[in-house]
Amino acid sequence: MAEMMYWQAILRAHDEEMARDPLVFAMGEDIGVAGGTYKATTGLFAKYGEQRVIDTPISENSYTGIGVGAAMLGCRPIVEIMSVNFAWLAMDQLMNNAAKVHYMSGGRIRCPFVMRVPGGTAHQLGAQHSARMEKVFMGISGLRVVTPSTPRDAYGLLKSAVRCDDPVVIIEHESMYNLKGEVPESEFFTPLEGCETVRPGTDLTIFAYNISVHWALEAAGRLSRELGIEAEVVDLRALKPLDRAGIAASVRRTHRALVVEEDEAPVGVGSEVIAILNEECFFDLDAAPVRVHARDVPIPYNRQLEKASIPNAGEVFAAARRILGK
Amino acid sequence: MDATDQKRLLREMLFARRFEERCAEAYQERQIGGFLHLYPGQEACAIGVLEKARPGHDYVITGYRDHIHAIKSGMDPKAAMAELYGKETGCSRGRGGSMHLFDPTCRFMGGYALVGGPFPLAAGFAKAIQMKGGDEIAICFLGDGANNQGTFHETMNMASLWQLPVLFVCENNLYGIGTAIERATVETSQYLRVAPYKIPASQCDGQDIDVVMSEAEKAVTHVREKRQPYFLELMTYRLRGHSMSDSGAYRSRDEVEQWARRDPISIYRARLEAANILAEEDFQKMDTDIQNEIENEIVRFAMESPEPRVEDLERYVYVDGGPKPWLK
Ligand SMILES: Cc1ncc(C[n+]2csc(CCOP(=O)(O)OP(=O)(O)O)c2C)c(N)n1
Ligand SMILES: [Mg+2]
Repeated sequence: MAEMMYWQAILRAHDEEMARDPLVFAMGEDIGVAGGTYKATTGLFAKYGEQRVIDTPISENSYTGIGVGAAMLGCRPIVEIMSVNFAWLAMDQLMNNAAKVHYMSGGRIRCPFVMRVPGGTAHQLGAQHSARMEKVFMGISGLRVVTPSTPRDAYGLLKSAVRCDDPVVIIEHESMYNLKGEVPESEFFTPLEGCETVRPGTDLTIFAYNISVHWALEAAGRLSRELGIEAEVVDLRALKPLDRAGIAASVRRTHRALVVEEDEAPVGVGSEVIAILNEECFFDLDAAPVRVHARDVPIPYNRQLEKASIPNAGEVFAAARRILGK
Repeated sequence: MDATDQKRLLREMLFARRFEERCAEAYQERQIGGFLHLYPGQEACAIGVLEKARPGHDYVITGYRDHIHAIKSGMDPKAAMAELYGKETGCSRGRGGSMHLFDPTCRFMGGYALVGGPFPLAAGFAKAIQMKGGDEIAICFLGDGANNQGTFHETMNMASLWQLPVLFVCENNLYGIGTAIERATVETSQYLRVAPYKIPASQCDGQDIDVVMSEAEKAVTHVREKRQPYFLELMTYRLRGHSMSDSGAYRSRDEVEQWARRDPISIYRARLEAANILAEEDFQKMDTDIQNEIENEIVRFAMESPEPRVEDLERYVYVDGGPKPWLK
């Protein structure tokens, strides 16, 4: 095991995949000579050259489409969008082409395309740099959507995404690139499907993904220490397809559910997970499931207001207490 | 080009015309659903350009008016018609429809519904060709209206910046649905619009297939040999409505009649007749043979083919049995 930062894990996955397969290439704004806004492609330009580490003009929709077209001919592009907010401009190529071409060609054309996007609310970046778009991507048929919560998964999910024959969106997090964690030294792949129990427990399940896994783990620690409540924390990790069976299996054991999402509540991970619980294991529930989520506002600049608009470990802790009546 | 090839070309254009007319009938019979955009009037464009490219070797992409581009690229017309009928034997197994014909075996990379959507895809094919090192080129056929999308400008810039081997063919039929070009676009000569991107470009008559072929040959050679983009504008006209639901009220009868006199099939037929390559009876026989083939082989195949199974509805959302490296 080696300890590394989230950005270093992403860089390592790029490097290994590019060294292995000459058809893997990376493109995005400032990823080459400048090394990437979050350093995730540092050094690759010098190593692989400008044909494979491409600094693009600021044309999100069309360089995404160029990646999609190259993927349709068997290349394996890794397209970085500088911030998820800018992915709105690439939605046409992502949703109308990448996500649909395999299906609408009756399975005759594959699109092994990877898009990496930092999402989430960072530090006072304002409404146009704080989007969380998971609800949008996970609603698109034909895409796969994954969200690494640790350096280990940032590495393993990118490795799997590059090898996958379907288009994959990887939602990273603006505030997590310097997060440290253990990453095995030998090559491995994190599944693009299925959720993972990151903390076993018996009293309730907290479903989370990406940064909210850290809020959930912090809350679970406090619940155990202060109240003797043992919360199970499940990292959903793959938001599309969502692991219906895995979600239901945990709640069949714990009988209570809490979903934590960084996105606003109307439409999204929370509503989807709770719908799955209703459909799969309603009669196993001892309490109504609860979601903890961002407030339904454009993210404000003011630091206090920004903090108040997104959830945190304290809110998760309080919500778990309410569910258990303690 | 010898007489045999000239007659073959005429036959291809006439086949294209009759194929499309038969589609219109099938649409009226409700055998074909959805949107249906037909090609009559523009036959010399796709057929002339691709005659000078290497169908099956070069990668071709276009918009929703895609039947003839697909067939000239090498798609079996039976698979095209079966697709329009929504059948499992269709080129896209009935999942695509008229606007989404695909046949990777002949490198026809698809018809797409979003105006301007194919520009970057074509540049992406060229990027893949460049990485793999072949002598193929990518050819992107779109209309004049598509050039007002951001993807046009974004893609021209990147195609030129990265020297991608892609030929953009603009079939300028003077309208985007019911909006005349001068009501939507300041610079009506489309080939002038790529000048700031330093892409070599030219404009020519799109109704005379000999003219199209001679310009296309230069364009294709440029892209193939120089490994650079090229933009070719073909001046053309559609003789039918934009789609089956178009009344055509926005065009004067006079204008349509004028263009009908420049029908690409009539022009070429007259030339072959004048050169004694083709007699009146030859043309009639050609036409009858084509209509018989369409009726007895192509439409029949489509009619008799099975529907996709409802059990397979969710197939092809993801690749069946795609790699799962985490399982090893
Ligand atoms: C992004 C988008 N906007 C609008 C439409 C509706 N639409 C379909 S075809 C068309 C006109 C396109 O004109 P042009 O590019 O000149 O092609 P033509 O049909 O004349 O060959 C429009 C507006 C669409 N399909 N996609
Ligand atoms: Mg037009």
